[in-house]
Amino acid sequence: MGAQKKRAAAAAAAARVSEDPDDLARQPLQAILLADSFTTKFRPITLERPKVLLPLVNVPMINYTLAWLEAAGVAEVFVFCCAHSKQVIDYLENSEWFSQPNFTVKTIESHNIISAGDALRLIYEQNVIHGDFVLISGDTVSNMSLTQALQEHKERKKKDNNAVMTMIIKKSKPSPITRQSRLGTDELFMAIDPNTKQLLYYEDKADHSKGTICLDKMLLAENPSISLHNDKQDCYIDICSPEVLSLFTDNFDYQHLRRHFVKGLLLDDIMGYKIFTHEIHSSYAARIDNYRSYDIVSKDIIQRWTYPYVPDVKFCGNRATKLERRGICFTAFNSEIEQSRSAQVGSFTVIGYGTKIGSNSKISDSVIGEGCTIGSNVLIEGSYIWDNVIIEDGCELRHVIVCDGVIMKAGAVLKPGVVLSFKVVIGERFVVPAYSKVSLLQQPTVHDSDEELEYADNSSGTVEFSSIQGTADQSNGEMTSESSEAHKPKLGTGGVGYIWSICEGGQEEEWRHSVAPIPEDKLTELSEAMDDDQELVTQDRTALSTSGELISDSNASEGDDNEDSKDDSVYFEKEVEATFLRAVEENVKVDHVILEVNSLRLSYNMTSADCAGAVFYSMMKLAIKTPHSSASELQQNTANIITTWQKLLKSYLLEIDEEIEIILKFEEMCLESAKEFSPLFARILHILYDKDILQEDAILRWADEKEGADESDKVFVRQSEKFIQWLREASEEED
Amino acid sequence: MNTDDSSWWPMGDGGDKIEGSQATARQTAELLRSVISQQRVPYTNQAGALIDAVKAIGEQLIAANPVELAVGNIVRRVLHIIREEDLSLTTAAIGGLNLSAVSDDENDDDRDGDSTLSAAAVAAAARSTLRPPSLQTLLEDTPVSAAVPQTSSSGGDSEGKSKSADKSSRSRKLKHDVIEAVNELIQDIVTCHEQIAEQAVEHIHQNEVILTLGSSRTVLEFLFAAKEKKRSFRVFVAEGAPRYQGHLLAKELVARGLQTTLITDSAVFAMISRVNMVIVGAHAVMANGGVIAPVGMNLVALAAQKHAVPFVVLAGSHKLCPLYPHNPEVLLNELRSPSELLDFGEFSDCMDFGSGSGSPLLHVVNPAFDYVPPKLVSLFITDAGGHNPSYMYRLIADYYSADDLVVQRRATAGN
Repeated sequence: MGAQKKRAAAAAAAARVSEDPDDLARQPLQAILLADSFTTKFRPITLERPKVLLPLVNVPMINYTLAWLEAAGVAEVFVFCCAHSKQVIDYLENSEWFSQPNFTVKTIESHNIISAGDALRLIYEQNVIHGDFVLISGDTVSNMSLTQALQEHKERKKKDNNAVMTMIIKKSKPSPITRQSRLGTDELFMAIDPNTKQLLYYEDKADHSKGTICLDKMLLAENPSISLHNDKQDCYIDICSPEVLSLFTDNFDYQHLRRHFVKGLLLDDIMGYKIFTHEIHSSYAARIDNYRSYDIVSKDIIQRWTYPYVPDVKFCGNRATKLERRGICFTAFNSEIEQSRSAQVGSFTVIGYGTKIGSNSKISDSVIGEGCTIGSNVLIEGSYIWDNVIIEDGCELRHVIVCDGVIMKAGAVLKPGVVLSFKVVIGERFVVPAYSKVSLLQQPTVHDSDEELEYADNSSGTVEFSSIQGTADQSNGEMTSESSEAHKPKLGTGGVGYIWSICEGGQEEEWRHSVAPIPEDKLTELSEAMDDDQELVTQDRTALSTSGELISDSNASEGDDNEDSKDDSVYFEKEVEATFLRAVEENVKVDHVILEVNSLRLSYNMTSADCAGAVFYSMMKLAIKTPHSSASELQQNTANIITTWQKLLKSYLLEIDEEIEIILKFEEMCLESAKEFSPLFARILHILYDKDILQEDAILRWADEKEGADESDKVFVRQSEKFIQWLREASEEED
Repeated sequence: MNTDDSSWWPMGDGGDKIEGSQATARQTAELLRSVISQQRVPYTNQAGALIDAVKAIGEQLIAANPVELAVGNIVRRVLHIIREEDLSLTTAAIGGLNLSAVSDDENDDDRDGDSTLSAAAVAAAARSTLRPPSLQTLLEDTPVSAAVPQTSSSGGDSEGKSKSADKSSRSRKLKHDVIEAVNELIQDIVTCHEQIAEQAVEHIHQNEVILTLGSSRTVLEFLFAAKEKKRSFRVFVAEGAPRYQGHLLAKELVARGLQTTLITDSAVFAMISRVNMVIVGAHAVMANGGVIAPVGMNLVALAAQKHAVPFVVLAGSHKLCPLYPHNPEVLLNELRSPSELLDFGEFSDCMDFGSGSGSPLLHVVNPAFDYVPPKLVSLFITDAGGHNPSYMYRLIADYYSADDLVVQRRATAGN
């Protein structure tokens, strides 16, 4: 092995020297590798094994990162270990990485670190970084050449001392339907100066419901041109100057590399630090952030985009596999697998060393680890099966992740998106529902905010783990009874493990980050929702244009300075509606609601007529949302709501004008947003009259006003003709 | 921007295969030389110890990149050198001692026995059974034959000495000779371009049109050598998609004053009727005379055959592989990154596996090599001269010993 490495290193060294004699030779390039993602996206697997050691196409992820760093000419890597640090250090010590010439790997261990920011502060204190360094996390796969990016970075640094960071980006279009990149991360907006490549704006948590993003006007004033991208993917590879570490120390509240550090630097114009971007074209770089990106990056590796880090080229720690032609495509095989003649192994599949495949089993688009035993008539599709897994006859696995040591009894079925953590046993003929996560460990009951970070509670974590494992080993039966006590869903007869309940985000969000492709119905649902959104927007627009005010189309890109008063009224209506709904849900007193609406009225500078309209609108909205089966039921609901909230409404009906406003509003609703009311118009009008909300004068004035209107406008006047007639007669009688 | 990577990978010294295999071959030979010089040899069976050491390293080297055949070739050449040197030392010693009974068995183990055969008979038997008479020894052009007179004289001097002293001097002698021979091998590899280029003037004639594909340093030197000898000819260069190394070749040819025409690979068939000779480089030459060459070569060879244009392959002797190709399209091929064909960013939406069935609809396959069967090759030009494809087996018998063809299995199973 040594000789081979020597040769590779010699070749690399030769290449390096010839490529760039000054820059790289002068100062050895350093790198910080964060062997912890500080997120919980890979739970429950990461409770037992750190993310960087999870196998990616049968090689632990960190090997891809280290192999790339070595090839890219990095001389010294500091691996920062936090969660499960012992496992990471043990792994590295037993690997070849500690014995490489011209490439040193050092580990830094800490247990009380909960974010990337803390980690960098700790590294700064240790004073080990002397020059420019590469900041990367241990779950990044790349084959890019750093030379050019590094050179650009250094040249910029020479000219401008404030250019502290170069961020690597890559073109990748987000899906217009799901608003997320192919790697399962949210759509990313970046504003970049097209000439200098300076990063001016970075937003990965854009609010899609609003459909707008806000840019500071100063950006436009200061920069002659800005290109705004949503088709760039952040590779999470940064070339940083040593100042970056001190910046983290100065701003002790920086936690997240992007959300805090990058955005903080972009907003902070006092120090004037600048971030630049370097776009890569033909080479590959991606970070594994969630199960979806695990799936996508695995497929990219099998499709050889990450060449030379592919299964049949030996780079480190992997056994050489050989390719076989299957149809027109290729499958990677290890030489020593036992495969039944009738088993069908499809294309783009990698099968590890010593795996046995039974007869009539079908495997496609999957990765299967070492030492697995797969029975007969098994169907495996788009799945990731790690080492030493036993799958008995007749199981079905579609788009799932199965960790080491799992046993699937005969006939068990895994629905798409399932994740089985280590050593779980699935009982006979048990069907694991879609997107569920199964682990031997119980789901942690405490959930913080979404900032929740997993950190090394190493000692307690392992103790807990080993104890549970112990019981599992002792007797399966005991374990099942235990689990059935704790959690209702068992894993079938003989099953061991807990099904985790789906946490805060709920099932809705689960499909976004799962290994399974997005189901067809979800996509249609989403695209319909998107159409609705667009309709809503156009509706807003038309509503605005009726008022005769101009609206600029460009406000989407230029932000709030174009917001006009009509937009305000739309927002006002929405706010009032939200306030009202909350009041209904939480049983807020009418007086308080009035107070709140009043304050809204002041802040948006509205008349009480507007308030009346908005409150009435919200009430009717609520009525129509209340489940009902027939028109009469709807009428009944409306009557109830009006009765309950008449005081609120009345408080805004000071003049007859406001009452007319309500009728007009109601008419508008019946025509546009709530057509269900249109047949009930007259009756509800009657209810409103009965409850003393509308006076007869107002109704009559409205009828008179409508007298001269178009035929189409008079639909509702016609409908309520009898009622108006009755009112007129009544008033005449009184006279 | 699109060429910003890949040519500097340690593993991908396939980065530029055609010249790359020469560099790899040289490095392998140098590495093996240092292995041999560091190897401590026992008194008995020195050759065996050296062979084991070289095999152990060689196995790893071959496993590191099985597609780069030059590595295996050089390992086998060095093994062959050790065997040859040992044999010549032994025969010389036998000849000198006259009555000493040292015989060689087929595994090159030195054994003291009491053979009653005369030394001359032993030597003759050794020559006839262990080794068919080598072309090189007949031509007296190799380190092996050059080493023989030296050793025979030293064998003669050691006549009166004790056996152990003789052995130790022989072991030192063996190591020394092997290193000398490996040095010669390295020298051969370094100078193979010049040696091939020397023959250029015999093959390229006045006013000819030469077609080549992709870029090969051997071809460049060859053409340039003909140009230097005042031959005037034209060159058609097929660009060699997807890596377009032909563009670089065209640039260099023009820089050296050759009349050059650049064409696309797909235009080869249209142009071939105007061509007098196709001259190309190779990645490896197999034992049957088949050629592993950059992708697109089979197309050119078929076009040349159709129009009866001679298809000439230039290859240094380090590219000569003693193995027979089995399923060369896959097993001796290298599938490179699809990013050489298309830009990932532009096609990223075609590869969004998140929606739909989860399996990609777009597959990009980018093989690096083609296999050209021997019947399509008219002539090989190596540093030892021009040869027919059917003659390859003879060259291979000269350069390799049959025991070394399978480096891996022997080393683990046999010892």
